[in-house]
Amino acid sequence: MTRYVLVRVVNGLFVLWAALTASFLVLHLVPGDPVAVMLRGAGGEGTAVDPAAADELRAELGLDQPVYRQYLEFVGDAARGEFGTSFRSGDEVTAVLGGALPATLELAGAALLLTLVVGVAAAVAASLLPTAPLRSAVLSSTVVGNALPSFWTGIILLQVFSFGLGWFPAFGAGDLSQLVLPAITLALPGIGLLTQVLGRGLRAALAEPYVRTARAKGASRARAVFVHALRNAAIPAMTLFGLMIGGIVAGAVVTETVFAREGVGRLTAEAIGTHDFPVIRALVFLAGALYVVVNLAVDLIYPRVDPRIVLRSA
Amino acid sequence: MTQESPLIALAKSPSPQSPSAQPPSAESPPDGPSSATGVPPREPTPGRRLGLGLRGLARRPLLLAAVLYLLLIAGWTLVPWLFTGQDPLATDASLSLTEPGGAHWFGTDNLGRDIYARVVHGTRVSIVAGLLAVGLSLAVGSALGLLAGYLGGWVDQVLMRVVEVLVVIPGLLLSLAVVSILGFGTTNVAIAVGVAGVPGFARVVRAEVLRIRTSTYVRAAVTSGHRTPAILVRHVLPNASPPVLVLAALDVGGAVLSVAALSFLGFGASPPAPELGAMVAQGRDYIGTAWWLTTFPGLAIALVVLSTSRVARALERSGVSS
Repeated sequence: MTRYVLVRVVNGLFVLWAALTASFLVLHLVPGDPVAVMLRGAGGEGTAVDPAAADELRAELGLDQPVYRQYLEFVGDAARGEFGTSFRSGDEVTAVLGGALPATLELAGAALLLTLVVGVAAAVAASLLPTAPLRSAVLSSTVVGNALPSFWTGIILLQVFSFGLGWFPAFGAGDLSQLVLPAITLALPGIGLLTQVLGRGLRAALAEPYVRTARAKGASRARAVFVHALRNAAIPAMTLFGLMIGGIVAGAVVTETVFAREGVGRLTAEAIGTHDFPVIRALVFLAGALYVVVNLAVDLIYPRVDPRIVLRSA
Repeated sequence: MTQESPLIALAKSPSPQSPSAQPPSAESPPDGPSSATGVPPREPTPGRRLGLGLRGLARRPLLLAAVLYLLLIAGWTLVPWLFTGQDPLATDASLSLTEPGGAHWFGTDNLGRDIYARVVHGTRVSIVAGLLAVGLSLAVGSALGLLAGYLGGWVDQVLMRVVEVLVVIPGLLLSLAVVSILGFGTTNVAIAVGVAGVPGFARVVRAEVLRIRTSTYVRAAVTSGHRTPAILVRHVLPNASPPVLVLAALDVGGAVLSVAALSFLGFGASPPAPELGAMVAQGRDYIGTAWWLTTFPGLAIALVVLSTSRVARALERSGVSS
């Protein structure tokens, strides 16, 4: 077990180092002069670039140094948690990200909670339905949840509940009522997926001999679901939920744009739009780190849910 | 996946080192031992597959609706002028923000452009970009998976480590980073979405190749002195293709969603070109007054995704059950 964790941590560090290296290469893969691309910003190809400003920026970013020195410096800085300065605002990338984080954590936390509660409730409710066709009808209807483009569901929710019924404020953040629609928008695709995966897991578990035995001994369908099937169906759903936590930053890009909320997602969209590479690098790296950490955590929880799983380093 | 829905994209990518290797596949989580990444379905004869399809269609109205919608989409994509006489770019200030009605089925936008014509042409842009993205994922992912699986050894190690790094970065974020390198525009967005899909294909193809490599016909080909490239192309690839093609079909919906999301964020087609995601973004300014600007393009995307996933899953099942 300790050995397993150690191997996984080392492996995770390797993946993060590779992600870091990849994000370093990003700047050097830009066709043409990255400094020119940055200076032009959203202006496009035609915009003229002031050579003096280009040299200044090049020196500021350390791009006049040999590539290997740039790389070593970049990795060293990242290890200390520093990602340079944002090209757009001139502030420390760490400070920029830190400022945006609370709003996104609030949104992501609410959305993940909603996903978990509604997803599990829907899957369990579907498996409690009396007939098989009814059960599969409910399960397959949740496919709709992850087929809807979330930038669109967000707008539809705004149309109906903010502009139509006036229940929630349309934009802004801070107030709980302003969190409801964005959280639903961010959670909806995940709810669909989680319901399907858990629902199918439950269906498979309920067909197992041990459930038949329990039912033959007089257990109700509800008892079979809650006591016998749920735990056995939980593993794939846990894997999926872990992936959702890792992917929440990407989802926030769209949701925060639709609802004009400040946050990491909005920051990402703006950084992409203005070719703010230091910020993009930090974001890519942080998303990777989140994924690695959550994945490891989920894997470590597996044996607690299913004692048959033994963690072994391959 | 994803995504637009990043979750869809994510759910496709199995966690690299999970003890329980049960990656949920795209829109259809594994509902049997044979998910896209699991045990490969045996290939049915074409005749049987068709028979199953036709008999299945009569009994399944939703599948029939999906097939019909995809046929309509194919029409919109191939011959858009047969479906709308209106120019998607023609403006007419006197018709600004007309409600849906007889002359303009889906209404008009603030510049008086016909929304229906823009949806038809926009769907074409989205579908072409989505197919391009999946084609890229398929080609690059298959090549990587084929090499890694067949050659093994350090090639396998290196390639799979690269794939692992790509998996760690959420699909939409990876696409965004690629777009920031390549520059904006529909083609670049399609390429970026395709890049994010590469890991999934590389893994499925590699798993297939590992299975096929030990088969007797491949050993026979090796023994009788065929060269490695010939064996890969003539023996390994055709036998690995059914599950890979199912994954490709499942992937189309997610790719269309991702392309639309990137366009919505403003990195795709530049105005005035019609593109579904960009149309939703443009309609945002009028959500309080003109619901039709955003509703119809969004609905078009959702229906494309629902239809492709339903048809892909039907294909997957017919492949398994025969």
